[in-house]
Order: sequence, then C-alpha cells, then structure tokens
Amino acid sequence: MIEAYELTKVFDDFLAVDRVSLSIPAGSVLALLGPNGAGKTTTVRMLTCILAPNSGRATVAGYDIIEQPEQVRAQVGVLTEQHGLYERMKAVEYLDFFGRVYRLEAAERRRRALNLMDRFGLTNALDKRLGEYSKGMKQKLALVRAMLHNPPVLLLDEPTSAMDPHSAKLVRDAIIELQRDERTFLITTHNLTEAQQLADKIAIIRSGRIIASGAFEELARQFVGDPVMELRTAAPFNGLVKDVSDLVMVESSGDDWIRYRTTDPYSINPALLRRVTGLGVDVVTLAPVSQTLEDVYLQVVKEDEGVPANGERSG
Amino acid sequence: MASAAVKTAKTETIRPGVWAQFRWTMSNALIITRREVRDSFRDWRIIAPIVILTFLFPFLAQFVAGQFVNYVTGFGAELIGERTIPFLLMVVGFFPISISLVIALETFVGEKERRSLEPLLSTPLTNTELYIGKTLAAMIPPLVSSFGGMAVYMGSLVFGELGWRPQPMLIVQIVTLTTVQALVMVTGAVVVSSQTTSTRAANLLASFIIIPMTLLIQGESAIMFLAPDAESSSGIGALWAIILGMVVVVTLLLRVGNSIFNREELLGRTIDQLNLKSAARRIWRHVWMVDATGRPARSLAEWYRGGVFASLGRIKTAAWITMAVFLLALAAGFALGQTPEWRLTLVATGSLSETATNLGQYMNISTQLGGFRFILWQNARILLAATLLAMFSFGVAALVLTPAVYVVLGYLLSQVMLSGVDPAFMFAGVLTHGIVEIPVIVIATAAALYLGAVVTKPPKGMTVGQAWMAALGDVIRIGIGVVLPGLVLAAAIEAYITPRVVLLVLGGG
Repeated sequence: MIEAYELTKVFDDFLAVDRVSLSIPAGSVLALLGPNGAGKTTTVRMLTCILAPNSGRATVAGYDIIEQPEQVRAQVGVLTEQHGLYERMKAVEYLDFFGRVYRLEAAERRRRALNLMDRFGLTNALDKRLGEYSKGMKQKLALVRAMLHNPPVLLLDEPTSAMDPHSAKLVRDAIIELQRDERTFLITTHNLTEAQQLADKIAIIRSGRIIASGAFEELARQFVGDPVMELRTAAPFNGLVKDVSDLVMVESSGDDWIRYRTTDPYSINPALLRRVTGLGVDVVTLAPVSQTLEDVYLQVVKEDEGVPANGERSG
Repeated sequence: MASAAVKTAKTETIRPGVWAQFRWTMSNALIITRREVRDSFRDWRIIAPIVILTFLFPFLAQFVAGQFVNYVTGFGAELIGERTIPFLLMVVGFFPISISLVIALETFVGEKERRSLEPLLSTPLTNTELYIGKTLAAMIPPLVSSFGGMAVYMGSLVFGELGWRPQPMLIVQIVTLTTVQALVMVTGAVVVSSQTTSTRAANLLASFIIIPMTLLIQGESAIMFLAPDAESSSGIGALWAIILGMVVVVTLLLRVGNSIFNREELLGRTIDQLNLKSAARRIWRHVWMVDATGRPARSLAEWYRGGVFASLGRIKTAAWITMAVFLLALAAGFALGQTPEWRLTLVATGSLSETATNLGQYMNISTQLGGFRFILWQNARILLAATLLAMFSFGVAALVLTPAVYVVLGYLLSQVMLSGVDPAFMFAGVLTHGIVEIPVIVIATAAALYLGAVVTKPPKGMTVGQAWMAALGDVIRIGIGVVLPGLVLAAAIEAYITPRVVLLVLGGG
C-alpha cells in the first residue's frame, strides 16, 4: 500500500532524509521511530505530497507521489504533529468543513462525524468551540478528522502523545480494528511500548537514514541477541552456576536465580529443569525475560553511533 | 465502505474540460473562502472596524465634505469643494480595504504560525484552489465594507443637503481602483507572508505594501484635484492609466503568489533567518559549477563549456524577447521622428569632410583613453542599474531602461535621414563597435529580465528562493564570462576604431 524507494530530501544544505526505502503492505502497521529531527515528519510529509523529494520515488495506495499528488492526498488520512485546529469553530463545523473538502455528501459527512466522535468519546463536545477543548480532546478530534473520509492509508504522527491512558487505549483499539479492515498505517512515535504493541514492522531512522527495519522479533534477535531465560529457585543454592555450566552459558546470577541465553529453548529448558530438580532444588519459575523495543532501539542507536554513514541494516 | 470513498476521490479529482475544471477549482476554493469569511466575522477585531468604516465613517466624510464645500465656497473656490467630494469617496472606499492586508496576513501567515495550515495542505485541494480560496476570503469582507461605505457616502450626498450628482464614469473608476488596490494588497500580502513565519515579521514587511499604496493614493488624490479632464464623461485619463498599471502589477503578483503559494514553500521555511553567508556560498558555487551535481570547473575552457554556455541557454527565451523589444524601440524612435511635432528642422550646411577635419583634431591617445573609460563605465552602470531594478520589477525595468537608448537612436536616424544627410556615418558610428556591443547589451538585458522574471515561475522542483539564487548565479556567470569582456572590447573599439571609421566615411580620414 505504501512503497517508497530511496526517498531523499535536502533543505538548502541540510540532508533531512537520506535514501529512505519503506514497504508497508495493505492492512499492516509500520512504526517509524527515531530521535527528534531524525527525518520522521519530513518522510511523512513526502508521502503526503506536501514536500517533494529531491530524489527517489514512492507510491501510496497505488498513486505516485510526484505525478498524482491530489489522488494520493485523497487516499490518505493524516494526523499532523501539530493538530492545527481552527479554535473559533465548533467540532461539528470543523468536521463538516473537512468533509466538504473531501467531497463527502452532507448526510455522509454528518453520519461519519457523529460515529467517530462517539467512538472517541467526544459526543458531548460536538457543539463546543475548539478553543475550549483540552489537549487530549484536540488530538482525538484531529484523529477523527484524519479518519473522516475513510482513507485506506493513515499516516499518524504521535497519535496518542497528549492523551490520558483511557483515550490512548481507545485510539490503539481503533487502529487495531481498522487494521483488521485492511487499513494501512504509518505511525511515528516516541512511545516504544505502543509501537511494539501496534506495529507489524519497525523502522528506526536516524540522521535521515533508516538504520534498522524489520519485525520486532527480528530486530530483537539481530540487535540484542537470542532470548534471555531466567530460572528462579525456592531457596538460595550455592554452586548452581557451576552445576549447569555444561548446559547453558550463564550471563548473570544471584543467590536464587540465573539468567542465560539460548537459541533452542525447546530442548535446553527441559534439560535444565531436569538437571536442577535432579539436584534437589525446587524451581519457582523458568520464564523468558521480556525484551523490549526500548532495548532494541537503544542498542540500534548505540551501534549506529559507531557506524559510518550508509551502514544500513535490514532485519 | 473505504473503497467507495476511494473511488469517489479517484474519479472526482480528474475532471475533463476547461470549464468543468474551472468550476471544480472554484467550487473547492469557495469551500475555503466560506470557512475563512465565517471565521473572520467571528473575530471582533475585524468586525468592529468594518462596521465603523461602513456605517459611521461615510457620515463623517459626508459631514466633512459639506463643511469643506461651504468653507471654500466662501472664498470663491467652489471647484476645490466639488473635487473634494469624489476624493472623499475614494478615501471612504480605501480605508476598509486597508483591512484586507491585515486579513490576508492573518489568513496566510497567521495560519502558518498557528500550525493549522498543515492539515489543510494534507487534503486533496490543489495549491491554486487554496490560493484562490484564501485570496477571496481576504478580499470579500473588506470589499463588502468598502462598497457598502461608498454606497452609504454616496447615498448621503445624493439624497442629502448637497444634492451631489456624480459623474458615473468617475464612480466606476473609483470603484475599480478600490477593487484593484485591494487585489494588489492581498496578492502582495501573499508574497510577504511566504517570506515569514510570524505575523509580527509579516506586519513589519507589510510596509513594503503600505508605503507604495499610500504614495499611490496621494498621487491619485492629486490627480483628482488637478486633472484637466476631471469632468470628462469618459473618466480621468491618468486614473485609467493607474488602473491599467495596477492590473499589470496584480497579474504579476498573482503569478508570483501562485508559484509561491505551494506546499513546499509554505512548510519548507521554518525560521525567519537571513543567512547571507550561506546564500552567498550557494550563489558562488552556482557561478563556478559545471554540472547538476555542483562540481566546480577545473579550467576556464570547462567553465565556459559547462557553465557559461549553459547559462546562456537558460536565458534564450528572455534574449528573444529582449531583441524584439529593442527592435520595437528602434522602430518606435524612428516613427516618432517622422511625426511633425517631433521633427527637428536640421539643415545640412557645410561639408562633411570639414566636420571630419574638425573632429580629427580630438583624436589623440589621452582623449581616446578617457573615452574608453567613460564608455565602459557608462555601459556598465546602465546594465548594472537595469539588473538591480529588474530584481524589484519582475524584470520589467530591464526592458524599459536599456531599450530607451534605441528609441533615441531610431529617432536620430530618422532626423538625419529627413535632413537629407547620408546616414552612412551613423551606421559606421554605431555598427563598428555595435557588432560587439549590441549582442552584449542584449545578453545582459536578457539576463536581467531572466533574473527578475524567474520568481514568477520558478523551474520545476525549485522553490522561489532556490530559483532566484540559481538565476543570480547565471547572471553573475554571464556577467563575468560574457558581458564584462564584451563591454571592454566594445568600449575599446568605440574609443579607438569607431571614430576613425566615421572619419573615413565622412571623408576626413
């Protein structure tokens, strides 16, 4: 649904986006992560045909971003970094205005506006001036605006950054539901938990370059290694590390726990359990230590700091 | 459901036919206009002056007109009193349209500042639709107020004590002037807005619009008082000329505005920072580069081949236009000399060889060296002035300043021919060095025209700023590579060879 090949954007002498390639199939979510000023917003703006790339090409929903900008924009719903609402308008007028811009029929405009407002818990604020909205409400309304014309592609810049946990969950649920309905999402966010939860694929951008991309599991394996397992015993047990050293390479340990990496948990874990129980030690838990996107992200960025330009990896 | 919406968008954005396209564009633009106008009317800072200027100020103007007419009549200066009435009509019309500048700055740069522009730019609306929609939105409320105010003022005068019976054409002129002035301010405001990211900076830059407009209004006022054809049923000629000039300015500003009002320009600029060092570096790089990658020339020959000739190729259209204007200027000068009122009564007296002998006395190294310097400086400063003025006039000044010489030349030629003198000496006096000088001046003028006009239509993929800097690089390159050496050569020929050829033709060599 989104195919970008070597998109590059230069502002005067500043290389903002450097040969970024992305592929987001229909019905999937890509989370574009990166530090501030990495080129996330510029990439989104190029895909929305607001900025023209200096080189490279891309298609969104089958339309070329250079040759068919109006068609691309008709297929895309965009939540911008700044919500940019017209503060003197009421929500109902605001959505009606954007509905007209997208050439929706009057009845359809109203129906969709009411449905979406209801979905995001804004029904009671329909007749309020937008200047009176809280930050979170403004963000939800901006999201409603992006979804109003039922676009097949949604580009969301920090979709839940200003929301309370309940509202953020509403938004995440909406994204998951729409994804099931074959909508395609590109989300830029600093919320790594959310990205991990929503995204089928992660791309990390730094200084305008994609420095890593792939599914979370692939990136985790590539950048933070094999899964780490933790075994906890009921009581302190001296010599455990030594007793299992022929089975696993222990990375860290305490009085009543050990951690180790394994590429083959299906054979190693049962063997380890048999060994430990055979030694008369009661096992409380044997579980994987969860790897987070934060670990992956920090590792990727750390590695990139020591890598010269053009050192792109792909997961 | 999604696919239905998608199909709608797909089919409706491509519309065949010019009329259908126009209707589609206007219908989209009016969506913007309606919203903006409604928003403007919600702002008491806009409403208050509009109401005052529409319903209160005209009565004040009418009162002033009545008092002034009575006062000047007491001194037997009824004419001044009579002419004050339409002058105040113009003032009543102008005050509300000055608000259009404020609304335009607010509409364009204000929205940019509040960051509410980006969601709009993400919609399928085209740049032109957004531009038209916002321009209309900035114009409609002030113009409604202006026309309303003028109607109230005229009504109070026609049906009031003074019983004024206006000249219809003068009213048409004032209404037309008011409309084009509003257009100039709004289109100018778009250009100003594009160069800033804050309304504060935009308001400061707006003095570039306000000051010329104020001077224009003063000029128009003087014309209305002093014009000999003030009572003419076809209106005041000078005002028609101003209207025509303003229409040209509006056309050029609309063109610039439409090229500036694009998503790239609007969101590409994030800070109002003038980085002269960086700009100078980029222009300099453009001067010496020989290909699109920006590689500098390694030799003079490569610089000419890859740089200078490429720049000359880019000004080709401007060169054709310049040549046409030069020929027209020459023909116009010649034609002017044929009209009886411009004809000089030259009488061919004395022999040409005698003249030649007299002239020959001045042919020595020191006078010729002085002549060389003078000719070079004279030509260089005219071309420099034309280039500088062209930058601020969309290139028009270049086409006015340099061809003026050719009007004079055509005129002189016609007078010489009319006096019965063989014009061969003139051809010798012009063409000997003109073989070099004329092409060089055409090239320099074309380069100045190109530099001024490039902002009205930047090459695809370039912002206005980038296009202008690239064009300046071309102009400097042509200036160093072609114009300067050409002028030196032409001045040397003109100082050292042309006089001898002329003497030869005159028979004194």
